[in-house]
Amino acid sequence: MNNSSRIKALAVPVVSVLAGLILGAVIMVVSGYSPVEGYQAMLRGAFGRTYNIGEVFRSATPLILTGLGFSVASTAGFFNIGLAGQALAGWISAIWLALTFPDLPKIILVPLCIVIGALAGALWAGIAGFFKAQFGTSEVIVTIMLNYTILYISNHLVRYVLTDNKDATPKISENASLRTEFLRNLSGGSRLNMGLFLALIMIVVIWIFMKKTTVGFEMRAVGMNPFASEYAGMSAKKNIVLAMMISGALAGLGGVVEGLGTFENLYILDAAPAIGFDGMAVSLLGGGNPIGILLSAILFGTLKTGGLKMSSVDIPNEIVDVVVASIIFFIGISFAIRYIMDKFSPKKGEV
Amino acid sequence: MKTSKKFGLSLLTLGLTVALAACGGGGGDTKSTDDAKKEDTGKDDFSAALVTDLGGVDDKSFNQSAWEGLQAWGDENGKEKGVGGYNYFQSDSDADFELNLNSAIDDGYNIIFGVGFKLQPAVKEIAEANADTEFVIVDETIEGLDNVASVLFKDHEASYLAGIAAAKATKTNKVGFVGGMEGAVIGRFQAGFEAGVASVDEDIKVDVKYVGSFGDAAKGKSIAAAMYQSGVDVIFHASGDTGQGVFSEAIDLMNTNPENPVWVIGVDRDQEDEGAYDGGNVTLTSTLKGVGTAVQDIANKALKGEFPGGEIMNYGLAEEGVDLTAGQLDDVNPDIKQLVEDAKKGIIDGTIEVPDAPEKPDAQ
Repeated sequence: MNNSSRIKALAVPVVSVLAGLILGAVIMVVSGYSPVEGYQAMLRGAFGRTYNIGEVFRSATPLILTGLGFSVASTAGFFNIGLAGQALAGWISAIWLALTFPDLPKIILVPLCIVIGALAGALWAGIAGFFKAQFGTSEVIVTIMLNYTILYISNHLVRYVLTDNKDATPKISENASLRTEFLRNLSGGSRLNMGLFLALIMIVVIWIFMKKTTVGFEMRAVGMNPFASEYAGMSAKKNIVLAMMISGALAGLGGVVEGLGTFENLYILDAAPAIGFDGMAVSLLGGGNPIGILLSAILFGTLKTGGLKMSSVDIPNEIVDVVVASIIFFIGISFAIRYIMDKFSPKKGEV
Repeated sequence: MKTSKKFGLSLLTLGLTVALAACGGGGGDTKSTDDAKKEDTGKDDFSAALVTDLGGVDDKSFNQSAWEGLQAWGDENGKEKGVGGYNYFQSDSDADFELNLNSAIDDGYNIIFGVGFKLQPAVKEIAEANADTEFVIVDETIEGLDNVASVLFKDHEASYLAGIAAAKATKTNKVGFVGGMEGAVIGRFQAGFEAGVASVDEDIKVDVKYVGSFGDAAKGKSIAAAMYQSGVDVIFHASGDTGQGVFSEAIDLMNTNPENPVWVIGVDRDQEDEGAYDGGNVTLTSTLKGVGTAVQDIANKALKGEFPGGEIMNYGLAEEGVDLTAGQLDDVNPDIKQLVEDAKKGIIDGTIEVPDAPEKPDAQ
């Protein structure tokens, strides 16, 4: 019994991805495009050259971090929709620090920026956690509003504090960059950076933290039943704030990777960074499991990077958004997938 | 338990393997483009590409004009869309600029246009690393690189003319300006428009609002609604796709309440079609920005080996790089055209000087 439910847990995302790709193909056919050409172009755009493979992993890196962030919060029982704002908080503070002390040696400056970025994300998420713990306010509403707050703070800082009425800050110095000559050469000159290793380390750290430590256990317990865990002597308040801060710290790291790795600057944004909402989707597709998050982040990186190439065969790359949306849709109706699989499972059970 | 886990993982690995196998086929393709690149010495092979900013080639505005210019260039020189001819690369997010520029280089395009000021850092970085490819940045400047030409437009001159039209058309003595994002480029529009309005009547109030985005039609609509409600009857929008919302609000108002006419002034391209509704058109006029002409012009120069590398080109009224359309000006007030023509002459011969930055940069 346990066996087959595990199979299902893993099969649901796989079926969702396939169904999403098929729906995307159907939409291409209906709109008069060739899905074979479209998906071929997408694969070429994602894996055609080492450069593109590098970019796939580059774009997957921040998604791993924000995805982990979302999963930590949701394990503890709440919905951190403010990942984008927390990532931006991390991005700003890392860039600010890097621009203020451009000459510090790399071995000090990079870790310092990472820590400050994580703290800024944690702090930004902690505001929502604090209000939730103290007054029971909805973390969904508070974090959404904080996304806008940080967006306008960030644009103000870029325009009037970090620069003199410009649209973007100057590039950070070599000493603050997460990019390395080694990774650049390895990946055909792509923007792949040390952030990938940071993300991989965090996957292990978070897995150990949630599964093997007392604090992680408490957090899971609070998520399952806050009243029961309170009764068992755990502080629900403390755990809410802590989980929210860890979630924010991870999102902040995602922002740091964008800032110090992908862009090497900060510019006027018209919306909070997309890695926030994409990270939620990654986490949902990965079922909150660290390895699942890694794989689904790579899938999202593939779709996003490869999708750009679809315009070369005249297919609008909005189709990619449709595919992504339908994958999430199929995860949303995973109960239906489970139901269908239940109908077929007796045969499997006999084998 | 272990076996089931393996089963799930193997499903995922299977998926990845299929993906990787398929990319083997893609690899072959890449080689052929590399070959094309090597042979690419004769002028027959000269190819051109453009990378859009977030608007896309169907934004009915800035990017679309650029793409139309490139298509015109292709037709003129018998090129076909695709590798070896001309093509566009559409950006979905700010992270995609560099990726698209590199894709264009790998496909062997000889000249690559970065359309929009947002691409400036990416074009600069890529141009430094690829000295053999020629780059053009539109609406921004990159100095000190021989393989980059910068194209600027004197948007303030056309906006000045739009200001005159707005000031003559308003009945409420209140006009509005909706900008996409604050900055040097949209600042030029604002400054020119305000100066144009003031040149007709100092007492006309200009309500200036920035949306904070070039792609948010919903917000454009709500800002336009608030402006029209406060008594503004002409809005000049310099906000890309966001302006679709301004048009839609104006059309809604005309459908419900045709006695109080409201107008929109379009931007970058003749936006007559966007303002059409049953019974009329809300597009008073549009400022034209000859992005397409500039793209075509520079691509032709580059084809002949006369690429203006390192130069900063300024397209204004005198160079026919910007202009104002006829729109519904004659229906509203027959005097407008003459006034606009006079101002045009004045700007070209230098008797009228149009400011290119608003007095208060933070006029929000």
